[in-house]
Amino acid sequence: MTATLPAARPVSRPAPTAARLRPGDLARLASVGLRTRKLRAALSALGIAIGVAAIVAVLGLSSSSAAGLNAEIAALGTNLLTVQPGQSFTGQNAELPLTAPAMIDRLPGVYQVQSTGATNASVYRSPLIPSVNTNALTVDAATLDLPATAGTSLGQGEYLNAATAREPVVVLGAAAAQLLGIDKVFPGERVWITGTGANGNGGMWLYVAGILNPDVLSPDVDSSVLVGFPFAQQYLSFDGHPTTIYLKAAYGHVNTVYNLLANQADPEDPSGVDVSQPSSALVAQADAKGAFNTLFLGLGAVALLVGAIGVANIMVISVLERRSEIGLRRALGATRGHIRTQFLAEAITLALLGGIAGIITGAAATAIYAQSKGWTTVIPTDAWAGGLGAAILIGALAGLLPAIRAARLSPTEALWSI
Amino acid sequence: MSGTAITRPVAGVHPATAGAPELVLELQAVTKVYPGKPPVPALRGVSLQVAAGELVAVLGPSGSGKTTLLHLAGTLDLPTAGTVKVTGLDVSTLGDRQLAGLRASSIGFVFQQFFLAEHQTVLDNVADGLLYAGVGLAQRREQAAEALELVGLGHKLAARPTQLSGGERQRVAIARAIAGQPAIVLADEPTGNLDQATGAAILDLLAQLNHIAGTTIVVVTHDQQVAGRMRRQVRMLDGRIVSDTDTPAPWPGEAAAERIAGWPGQPQGGPQ
Repeated sequence: MTATLPAARPVSRPAPTAARLRPGDLARLASVGLRTRKLRAALSALGIAIGVAAIVAVLGLSSSSAAGLNAEIAALGTNLLTVQPGQSFTGQNAELPLTAPAMIDRLPGVYQVQSTGATNASVYRSPLIPSVNTNALTVDAATLDLPATAGTSLGQGEYLNAATAREPVVVLGAAAAQLLGIDKVFPGERVWITGTGANGNGGMWLYVAGILNPDVLSPDVDSSVLVGFPFAQQYLSFDGHPTTIYLKAAYGHVNTVYNLLANQADPEDPSGVDVSQPSSALVAQADAKGAFNTLFLGLGAVALLVGAIGVANIMVISVLERRSEIGLRRALGATRGHIRTQFLAEAITLALLGGIAGIITGAAATAIYAQSKGWTTVIPTDAWAGGLGAAILIGALAGLLPAIRAARLSPTEALWSI
Repeated sequence: MSGTAITRPVAGVHPATAGAPELVLELQAVTKVYPGKPPVPALRGVSLQVAAGELVAVLGPSGSGKTTLLHLAGTLDLPTAGTVKVTGLDVSTLGDRQLAGLRASSIGFVFQQFFLAEHQTVLDNVADGLLYAGVGLAQRREQAAEALELVGLGHKLAARPTQLSGGERQRVAIARAIAGQPAIVLADEPTGNLDQATGAAILDLLAQLNHIAGTTIVVVTHDQQVAGRMRRQVRMLDGRIVSDTDTPAPWPGEAAAERIAGWPGQPQGGPQ
């Protein structure tokens, strides 16, 4: 057949093999779909962005609020310790000795020892309130510097002093004031106390001297009505045994003091003494509160799933629309792998951009809210790294099927199907 | 298009300067049957050899199998039976990566629909022709600029395909096909979307590329006039080659006998 050509001969050369795509080229290829169809890319990335933003914001907000609470607790002091009677060795309710506050005060590193003692009295707005409506308020005898030690301060009026501690005068805890319907202290303001007298059947008016601010560290103080020790002993059949001792230990001595407190409070029966550090419980609470947003995290995960479906959808459509481009690239020497990589990279890029937008949005939302609450903004590494990782994973999963379909497309079919 | 624009030698050996030009394309008894019910035979035992530096027209009406021939020659598809060799390599022995590498390094395509990316400049469209050949971006652009110079579009590197006329777009596509200096350029109805005058200019360009730069070119067309401008013409009908000006013209009776032999119901595939 090649008669006119002199001695035409087939030659044999080594088979060429496809080159690898350079990273820069791959990046350019991955952005083709995004650059040419900007609106569509933006809309399909939006789902991912919303999902990631929700997750970052939820984690960020809970961490920021936990950080805020911890800062608040730290400001109040983490060196407050409380001593309460527990169960005695025989299983009965124990009692703290009368000498306990003074004994504790002798411990090195201890300062501001204050105490309250529960009485059997009940408090009402007026004698006309049925006696069962106690509102679960307690009437406690309190020492004269209690608020500062217990982690609160006076909201309005006056606290008890050496004189008023002997008189029918009360100071209301924040919750107690609210439940009694008293939000302002004015001269002549009074509350009705029952349980007075020798047999505890009497009742009497007590004048309100002040209202305390809410107590974060010692909620017990919030829901009590405080009277002086002398008054309680004289009128409320109070035996003088403290039921809660509040004390501060110098920083650096907190653990030592904590360990010594039970023995010091009741050397005869240390097992009947409960010692606790309210701030540590609060810290645990704050952290638990932060971790308790599974519902919102679930919503974020649903948004991510929807976003993933959006990306997969867009990639499937993209592959259908770009058949001729795929065919051309195959003709230009792209392997199946090149095509697969291109579409996979495009899906990942799409999801990654959505993820980055989501992280920025979520972080901004967290920052704005935290600012308004006066918290420091905390975006946990888990949140943003997880969001980014989730976006990449979603892009890869969503892009896998379309990419495989694109790569399977036969070049001739792809080129001549328009 | 002035012929003086083409000065750069392109891969392939010019027939006038080489004693023994190599075969860049070799089909032996190639059959292609598309699966289906009933199976569709597109090629029924085609043998064709194209040596370096040739300018060949494959002519035939639609359905004659010329596009299938182009697919097989371009390694975009594999034959059902027979062998296809491109630059001496049997494509049936090559895997996807090697076939792709062969297309990237040795084969250039020109399509009727141009297939240019609208979002890219002319330069980058041509440079993308070298994307899969493992050439760096800077060098791709350099070679693309050279190829565009060669087809007379050196002044439109930064233009977008949408700003070009049909003839200019096809020139861009041709530049993309030749930028990598392939051993063979396969053109599928390159003038199909162009008017008569523009089409003629494109054919002139192909002829000049072949004549001056020595590029091996196979043009598939149904247009007698287009084919008439080519040095060698291969006529196809019903999946067979009925004439080839490269060989002494077959006896009229022989061609007729071949056609009868290809009819349904007749035994297929005699000695090729």
